[in-house]
Amino acid sequence: MSLETNPRPLLPPQLVQTSPIVTMRDVGRRYGEVVALRHVDVTVYPGEVLGIVGESGSGKSTLLRMMNLEDAPDTGDYRLRLPGRDDGNLFALERYQQRMLRARHIGIVYQNPHLGLLMKHSSSGNVAERLLIAGERSFDVLRSKAREALDASEFPLSRMDHRPADLSGGMQQRVQLAKAIALEPALLLLDEPTTGLDVSIQALVLDTLKRLQRERRITMVLVSHDLGVIRTMADRVMVMRRGSVVEQGLADQVFQDPQHAYTQQLVHAKL
Amino acid sequence: MSLKTLTKPWAATSYGFLDASAKREMRRKILKAIAVPGCQMPYASREVPMARGWGTGGLQVTLTLVNPRSVVKVIDQGADDGVNAASIRRFISRVSQAEETWDTLAASIVQSRHRIPEETMTKDQILVLQVPNPEPLRGVEPNISIARQMHADADYGKLWLTLYEQLVKAGRIMQGAAYPSLVNGRHVMTPSPIPRWDVPKLNMARHLTILSAGREKRLFAVPPHTRVEPLVFSDRPYLVEDHARLVCERSGIAGYFMNEIPQDDGSSTFEVSDSNLGIKAIRASEGAPAEIGETWYRNGKFAQ
Ligand SMILES: Nc1ncnc2c1ncn2[C@@H]1O[C@H](COP(=O)(O)OP(=O)(O)O)[C@@H](O)[C@H]1O
Ligand SMILES: [Mg+2]
Repeated sequence: MSLETNPRPLLPPQLVQTSPIVTMRDVGRRYGEVVALRHVDVTVYPGEVLGIVGESGSGKSTLLRMMNLEDAPDTGDYRLRLPGRDDGNLFALERYQQRMLRARHIGIVYQNPHLGLLMKHSSSGNVAERLLIAGERSFDVLRSKAREALDASEFPLSRMDHRPADLSGGMQQRVQLAKAIALEPALLLLDEPTTGLDVSIQALVLDTLKRLQRERRITMVLVSHDLGVIRTMADRVMVMRRGSVVEQGLADQVFQDPQHAYTQQLVHAKL
Repeated sequence: MSLKTLTKPWAATSYGFLDASAKREMRRKILKAIAVPGCQMPYASREVPMARGWGTGGLQVTLTLVNPRSVVKVIDQGADDGVNAASIRRFISRVSQAEETWDTLAASIVQSRHRIPEETMTKDQILVLQVPNPEPLRGVEPNISIARQMHADADYGKLWLTLYEQLVKAGRIMQGAAYPSLVNGRHVMTPSPIPRWDVPKLNMARHLTILSAGREKRLFAVPPHTRVEPLVFSDRPYLVEDHARLVCERSGIAGYFMNEIPQDDGSSTFEVSDSNLGIKAIRASEGAPAEIGETWYRNGKFAQ
């Protein structure tokens, strides 16, 4: 998207001077005949919430998987700015390096808790595992950090040693969230975190996310097909369609004055 | 017609029973295992005249290493005189002309099921441990291919997680024998079902240990002077079985790993599990010549 077709500021004023934490360039991914991502560029600024919207199949989850280094793209370059280190293009790292980086610096919450949780282990254990992978070896520290992360995710501590399999969908998402934030990640990825939950539960989980964002300034990338969710959460919005980014900008502007026909259609369908 | 007339004499089989190509494969896999301490190497696992699961993995290693100058000790849970230990030892010597011994100090190869002798092994000795289940990740990952990948990635988070959960549930780690241990800071292995008491004996040991699972067709090794660290939390120390103060009913020695013998009245007596150590102690107390070597534990304490 060039500035000619979208002559609006891409950044909120407070971010204009900061350098991005995430820079992805020209990410492409095919699955056989399907082009899931096509020349996608993504920039994320520290402390912001970037919302990604788009219909089902537009490539949102694929993009998030790339950001989480779970899947390798066919083309592209991915840089994550972390204090005191330069890992170069993360896509070029060895798999074990990617695994360590992911464990320490990136958190993710999936729509499907089975992807993010070990259902038959305890909830606190799910959080502890994350810390264990990152090398924490003190039992007391594991215990207190797991408790702290679950508490911050507004998970009832009386149930911290229950198995996610025995918990409600909303609680499972809170365990995923606790696991994702336990190590204070540089980047928190949320792939339809509230899709499928009851509307009232969904609002509570979003409140928790908002509070965490406000209190900790966690950089978030939030994927949803639900414009309402994006609207309440995102500072900036990226609209995807068929593997491409069709429009991006400040959330308010995109919602009030969508430029691309597809975005207009999305926004008006929602209103 | 008897079985004897139908079977070939031993002389007709290869030296050490296994054929040359089987031994060549074993040697290669043993060298690889030594080169990557704690990493499991798959091998073909030939038939030997013993049922799988009765020490065929250890036996194939021993048969590969043995030569006519070897002195072989075989123990089952610390005892040299068990039926299984005795028949393995006799078989090895029959097909290799190696000498048999009960004395740890005299042995060049010690093949063992579930124990490490109490007398410190030296650089000229090899310990061959029989392993029923070589995969420390089996409990957390039943899929062997995924478990291999996890080893390759040093991805031991789930294994640690099970230890964490045991501490949460029971207040202590329930793992008795076969305590998972990190070898050379890289691969987690199961040290075979030896008691926790024996695991420190593998750490920075002077001898070579080869662990082999015949049924599962995998072997791995701990070379001399290699770190072997049980997986423990920094604030929950590794505890060995509480045997330090137990006294052997028969030999009177104390401070070693004991077998518990339940009595009719509900109480228990104890016998030193390393039976030849007990025998030597009895001999010494009767004034007969018996050389007891240096031991890993002294007065019930591990002495490094
Ligand atoms: N692992 C995969 N194998 C084959 N096709 C896939 C795979 N992952 C995604 N796709 C395809 O890529 C496209 C984008 O999928 P996805 O990223 O899941 O979209 P979204 O999250 O926006 O709904 C879809 O057409 C999907 O079928
Ligand atoms: Mg999706």
